Amino acid sequence: MSVAPQPTAYVNARLIDPASGHDGLGALLTSGTKIAALSSEPVPTDLPDGTRLIDCGGHVLAPGLIDMRVQLGEPGAEHKDNIASISRAAAAGGVTSVVALPNTDPVIDDIALVEFVARRAREVKLVKIHCTAAITRGLRGEEITEMGLLRAAGVLAFTDGTQAVANALVMARALEYATTFDALIIQHPEEPSLAADGVMHAGELSTRLGLPGIPAETEIIMIDRDLTLAAMTGARYHAAHISTAAAVERIRQAKADGLSLTCDTAPPYFALNELAVGDYRTFAKLSPPLRAEADRQAVVAGLADGTIDLIASDHTAQDQDSKRLPFDQAEPGATGLETLLQLTLELVHNGSLSLIQALAKLTCRPAQLLGLPMGRLAVGTPADLVLFDLDRPGKIDTEQFHSKSKNTPFEDRLVQGRILRTIVDGRSVFESPDS
Amino acid sequence: MARGYSAPLMMETRTRLAFRHRHLLGIEDLDPDEITLLLDLSDDYAERSRERPAKLDMLRGRTCINLFFESSTRTRTSFELAGKRLGADVINISVAASAIKKGETLIDTAMTLNAMHADVLAVRHSSAGAVKLLSEKVNCAVINAGDGSHEHPTQALLDALTIRRRKGHLQGLLVCLCGDIAHSRVARSNIHLLQTMGARVRLIAPPTLLPPQIERLGVEVFHDMRAGLTDCDVVMMLRLQRERMQGSFVPSVREYFHFYGLDYDKLQHAKPDAVIMHPGPMNRGVEIDTAVADDIDRSLIYQQVEMGVAVRMACLDVLSRDPFESNP
Repeated sequence: MSVAPQPTAYVNARLIDPASGHDGLGALLTSGTKIAALSSEPVPTDLPDGTRLIDCGGHVLAPGLIDMRVQLGEPGAEHKDNIASISRAAAAGGVTSVVALPNTDPVIDDIALVEFVARRAREVKLVKIHCTAAITRGLRGEEITEMGLLRAAGVLAFTDGTQAVANALVMARALEYATTFDALIIQHPEEPSLAADGVMHAGELSTRLGLPGIPAETEIIMIDRDLTLAAMTGARYHAAHISTAAAVERIRQAKADGLSLTCDTAPPYFALNELAVGDYRTFAKLSPPLRAEADRQAVVAGLADGTIDLIASDHTAQDQDSKRLPFDQAEPGATGLETLLQLTLELVHNGSLSLIQALAKLTCRPAQLLGLPMGRLAVGTPADLVLFDLDRPGKIDTEQFHSKSKNTPFEDRLVQGRILRTIVDGRSVFESPDS
Repeated sequence: MARGYSAPLMMETRTRLAFRHRHLLGIEDLDPDEITLLLDLSDDYAERSRERPAKLDMLRGRTCINLFFESSTRTRTSFELAGKRLGADVINISVAASAIKKGETLIDTAMTLNAMHADVLAVRHSSAGAVKLLSEKVNCAVINAGDGSHEHPTQALLDALTIRRRKGHLQGLLVCLCGDIAHSRVARSNIHLLQTMGARVRLIAPPTLLPPQIERLGVEVFHDMRAGLTDCDVVMMLRLQRERMQGSFVPSVREYFHFYGLDYDKLQHAKPDAVIMHPGPMNRGVEIDTAVADDIDRSLIYQQVEMGVAVRMACLDVLSRDPFESNP
């Protein structure tokens, strides 16, 4: 048994709790694995004996980030990332809860795999690793998984991860069946028959580069179908990584009409557009693809007005052999755990979002959606925290990445914000080497 | 280094000063002066190739490798002949699908060739951007001999040279490209080259064979061939791949030929002296009527093949020159 961490007081901190909207100087006391007290005095005088003091220097202390879409790599692709490297990357990125996609090999479609991931996470013991499970067995899009048993085993939601459930009947049954367990169904919204062999956004640039395109309409078609099915079944539906203006507008309208649905996006879709593909840069090959500038702007607007509920990293490690290929043959995906906070803070620094709004999309919103007890600064909740310098300028340096793979389209990007410390269950799991 | 090159000194000096690219990866990277320079040099080589003996020696001791990841007879033969006419040692490598299955990647192949110290590589690959990727990994000049649906610069140069020799100029001409634009690297390279040189470009195709937002490249788009051909100076037909004829992009060969096949009936809408071109190999009766293809007054299809060798000689010559070599 591990020893409970020593009571620790984080003093002189700018406490931000997006769930309550609180933002002010104060102190936070942890005891064991939980938040024990909150104080509006920067340095409280009534601390229990033996309390360790950590001076936050006026920097932001917020709930640790909850990243609801991460590819673990383990089992099956441990050379790209494994649970240990993912955990270190998450800790370095201020992410205290990782939610894994089922796109492993074998697929997470059975409780044995859920237990395997939980055991490995316990062994590594850095950040919390939760699972989503496949909607369909083997991600084949045919038979639904044992949702009840998987839910009981701790699975937070169901998704076929990086591929859409294409068959409307299978999706209808999955949504219908999921209502029995109040399970959340997450879709990769892309109509595969229209996306066909496309490898980037369909438009002028794909035409110039001679690459087959994925029309923006692939996203809205799938969302339209799913909204109809969700309304029919009453299921909880979430659309992953929204990338197009049309989809943002449709979801905005659906929410205004009272439909209960949620969606997210990932940093590449608000921080980059298709031009990042440039001269066949495979690090900018993503799924969904980077879209046009108008789409990027619509995604930012959707984040600002709440149409897009939250932000996930879409962390997908790819080794060199999967990326150093002609563009059409390269694997899609980019790492994201270690750039999630800085890129989201860009939206704060450029005035698109308030700091509270931005942090909410990384903390309390995913917690609410997935039914997790953390993501807030509240007494009695898990002491999962991130301490960061909001303004410190820096550059994204892949040499510093803890992920086994370095495939990011953001290399050398100038950013503002640095993670100083990450705390999970009251224990520091990351400290910036030069904080 | 002493060279056997006997062309006028002016030309050589001008060439070295004006062509600043290490590789020839696409027409989109070239400016009008660079294109003119390549065409002028090609023109010169076209004349010399007609003399006997045609063989020259400015690439003596140099090694040219034709690296083809996709089968091709014409383009490979044209590069081979061009290299040999300049006195180079030419090696053809066909990388069959089997080698790829063995796990050798494009980068592995590039590194292997790099170790052999070739001077110029002419590369064809079925993936757009693959030739550029390879060019970043080798220490020699690379000519794109066709990459996926992206570019085929020597084809556009030979088309332009053929037109220029017939019409005297490119500026102001109205050129129609007809057929499968969506999958055509020839179309993309030609659009860039013709527009850069001041010609107007029209595309004629059913919407299924046009790539998205192609009009943003500054071309006019027509779905009606007769309307599109009206008043044009040059008709360039493109090949329709067999696998795209049976319903996936167009419903049938019969329907395609009826609306988009070039015959005398449709051709009469073009200018009376309009010429006909095709990059080959032709599908007679699919995109072009046999009688039109063989019309010796109007069809330039075989001149294109001849100019192909001259253009590739010029490209090999320019790219194998040492940019730091001092002028005697």
